[in-house]
Amino acid sequence: MKLNLKVWRQKGAATGGKFETYTVEANEHMSFLEMLDVLNEQLIAEQKEPVSFEHDCREGICGTCSMVINGHPHGPMKGTTTCQLHMRHFNDGETITIEPFRSNSFPVIKDLVVDRSSFDRIIQSGGYISVNTGQAQDGNAIPIEKDLASEAFDAATCIGCGACVAACPNASAMLFTSAKISHLNMMPQGEVEASQRVLNMVNQMDVEGFGACSNVTACEAECPKEISVKNIARVNREYFAASLASEKTSSK
Amino acid sequence: MKLDGKVPAGGLSEKWTQYRGTMNLVAPNNKRRIEVIVVGSGLAGASAAATLGELGYNVKCFTFHDSPRRAHSIAAQGGINAAKNYQNDGDSVYRLFYDTIKGGDYRSREANVHRLAEVSRNIIDQAVAQGVPFAREYGGLLANRSFGGVQVSRTFYARGQTGQQLLIGAYQSLSRQISMGNVTMYNRHEMLDVVKVDGKARGIITRNLVTGEIERHAAHAVVLGTGGYGNVFYLSTNAMNSNVTAAWRATKRGALMANPCFTQIHPTCIPVSGEYQSKLTLMSESLRNDGRVWVPAKKEDVMAIREGRLKPTDIAEEDRDYYLERRYPAFGNLVPRDVASRAAKVACDEGHGVNATGLAVYLDFASAIMRYGKSEAHSKGMVSPSDAEILELGEKVVEAKYGNLFEMYAKITGENPYKTPMMIFPAVHYTMGGLWVDYNLETNIPGLFAVGEANFSDHGANRLGASALMQGLADGYFVLPYTIGQFLSGEIRTPKIDDQLPEFEAAEKAVKERLAQFMNIKGKQSVESFHRRLGKIMWEYCGMSRSEEGLTKARKMIQDLRAEFYSDVFVPGDLNEYNPELEKAARVADFLELGELMIVDALDRNESCGGHFREEYRTPEGEAMRNDKDYTYVSAWEWTDVTKDPVLHKEELKFDNVELKTRSYK
Repeated sequence: MKLNLKVWRQKGAATGGKFETYTVEANEHMSFLEMLDVLNEQLIAEQKEPVSFEHDCREGICGTCSMVINGHPHGPMKGTTTCQLHMRHFNDGETITIEPFRSNSFPVIKDLVVDRSSFDRIIQSGGYISVNTGQAQDGNAIPIEKDLASEAFDAATCIGCGACVAACPNASAMLFTSAKISHLNMMPQGEVEASQRVLNMVNQMDVEGFGACSNVTACEAECPKEISVKNIARVNREYFAASLASEKTSSK
Repeated sequence: MKLDGKVPAGGLSEKWTQYRGTMNLVAPNNKRRIEVIVVGSGLAGASAAATLGELGYNVKCFTFHDSPRRAHSIAAQGGINAAKNYQNDGDSVYRLFYDTIKGGDYRSREANVHRLAEVSRNIIDQAVAQGVPFAREYGGLLANRSFGGVQVSRTFYARGQTGQQLLIGAYQSLSRQISMGNVTMYNRHEMLDVVKVDGKARGIITRNLVTGEIERHAAHAVVLGTGGYGNVFYLSTNAMNSNVTAAWRATKRGALMANPCFTQIHPTCIPVSGEYQSKLTLMSESLRNDGRVWVPAKKEDVMAIREGRLKPTDIAEEDRDYYLERRYPAFGNLVPRDVASRAAKVACDEGHGVNATGLAVYLDFASAIMRYGKSEAHSKGMVSPSDAEILELGEKVVEAKYGNLFEMYAKITGENPYKTPMMIFPAVHYTMGGLWVDYNLETNIPGLFAVGEANFSDHGANRLGASALMQGLADGYFVLPYTIGQFLSGEIRTPKIDDQLPEFEAAEKAVKERLAQFMNIKGKQSVESFHRRLGKIMWEYCGMSRSEEGLTKARKMIQDLRAEFYSDVFVPGDLNEYNPELEKAARVADFLELGELMIVDALDRNESCGGHFREEYRTPEGEAMRNDKDYTYVSAWEWTDVTKDPVLHKEELKFDNVELKTRSYK
């Protein structure tokens, strides 16, 4: 199959960028990234600079790959990362537009590569349970109801890719933040620090410049792991409860 | 060089406890002054960095990823072993130790493996306390499943995403230490050299992958948790950026590389679909709990399937060869990985492969679906349910157990594995070999430690399933934080290491010159094309089966390829910018040397053991034939100058507690 690609090229954070057009010969069994590999080999053969894009595990779990394909973060397939998207879902002769995830909190490093370290800082503000190595009790000491464990798990499957931010017209990071808070706050181990966690993490999200959530729910629709917006509702509730109930305010 | 494993005295089960109780400690006021560099942020690196931070050391942690959460540990699917005996099925520390030693075909150090089995139990406790959402039973207690090569159920799991959940746990602990200021995190920094001062590891040289800046980082000790080197084969289940560079740069500075030819080929991966293929995807070993491996027994059925005239579901039960169940009745589909992979190769070599290339076998869930469906129908009190009802119920059970794996398979292949058997084929997955370390996880360079897949220590010639996560976390949480004290307790009078020392200057200069060299070749061929060619040589001659003739030929081919690389590679872009092609060039250059060493190692080892199968050494039934008389040693290779032959140092392995037996799963 022959494809026309409109790819965002940008030298660095400080410079502007623009779309360049390329044609590439692909086949339907390739993954989207393998199709981009073919493009890059083609560019290198012409002694031109290849398109920079991030990728690593290529099996949908590391959260490294990003890019907006035809207007959708990770492309048009539901519940699928870019690396798991295969060319059989595109048509011969199609024009495909490829852009980076766009948000002020995700500055472009080069071409399709963006800096998502703001997510790390949200986790550092409270996305953990304070337990040092060696302090743990026996693993079976606290039974956790199977369905509750399963719901916490659903939230914990977030891969931290940032598609939710790219999908949101406000560039809000509420789905990411709420998934982490929900995972930890739902488990009995995470309960002790629950209210401080929600205050600190939501605060850090604001510090990083992410927008507010206005219930558009595009995040859930585009999330490659189909994380539910129920997490946002849960965190809103917990945030209000924590702000009202606690004398303590956010530590930062 | 005399290699001392530094195994402490005492009975096998007391060694670690006694040693831990008597080893040197570093007082809290001294820990605050001591700096430790940890390279890598996967399970081993992140858990080590977090724990060292908790202990009060000044830690600097480096990853080439944009975030420590991306390390490839995240992709581990099936689970993590621990000798908890929660299932009351006869498990114990000794049994986990024994299974691991036997599974490794008696090529690992007894004391290390026993320690691993001991601390396995603490890992589960630690992970649960961090909020890792392991699978649970209805009573709320932790669930277990079985993995290959064992007859107990000791694998803890989090659906098919155990690695992800454990890594996120370690990442959270690391993030907490970062927020407390105990760990300084350097994302997007790649280590390109180790700096030795007076024979001790005192720092590293890194490249900032965004700006291209070459930086010096000094510390009292350096820990490498940089993973395995499976990508030397180009196609593997490793992430695209996994590489050997950190370990290889250490080798070039005099660290020994141990058992490099011990590679794990995983039996259940999605087969290669074409020349453009960039990586292979694993289907978890846990699937072999319920999936049955088979090929058509009749050649005419094979041909009909390849030509699309028959579907696998058309083949009658009696015309299928469930070859693992036939050849290994005691373990059936749950034989260890090396055995299962070779059996698949035999089936395909004999012409029974089921896809167009002839390189695939079936993994079939039909009977498991019916079995679970019947059980569900029974528990729901359904009277004489129809086959369709049973099928529906059974599919739901299988979905609950393996849903994400089935989905992953469907996305990649476009086929529905609930309705038609999966097609699978072996692929490179893990490397048992790695930097030589003693009982303290210290390499032969004082102050340089290696943890996780980067070291060679625990898996011998073959790793059992669900043991990589166990080893990575054992090293990082429970072993290194103690054993590094043995070295650091001697460093309490050493002031902060100065990165302006001539050794740092020289190392920085060498790194800069090497990178400039890649840029200046200005040849015609891409880095990727060299990597692919190297991978083909390695897979063909140093993969599932090896021979003296093939290996000898391959060594020459790699030397030639390396020479061609240095005269004709083309690296676009500039030194001082974000440049993935330059990163790749430096990594592939290291693979081009490591590949040769793997071949030299495979040539030296005139026996078949674990993942190392030499065609010359096999029984009449085609099973591996070990040679305990001549090869019960660790091959630790010194190779600082590639223009000369590598030098072999041997660490003899002593087995005081287990009897060396022929490994049989029949």
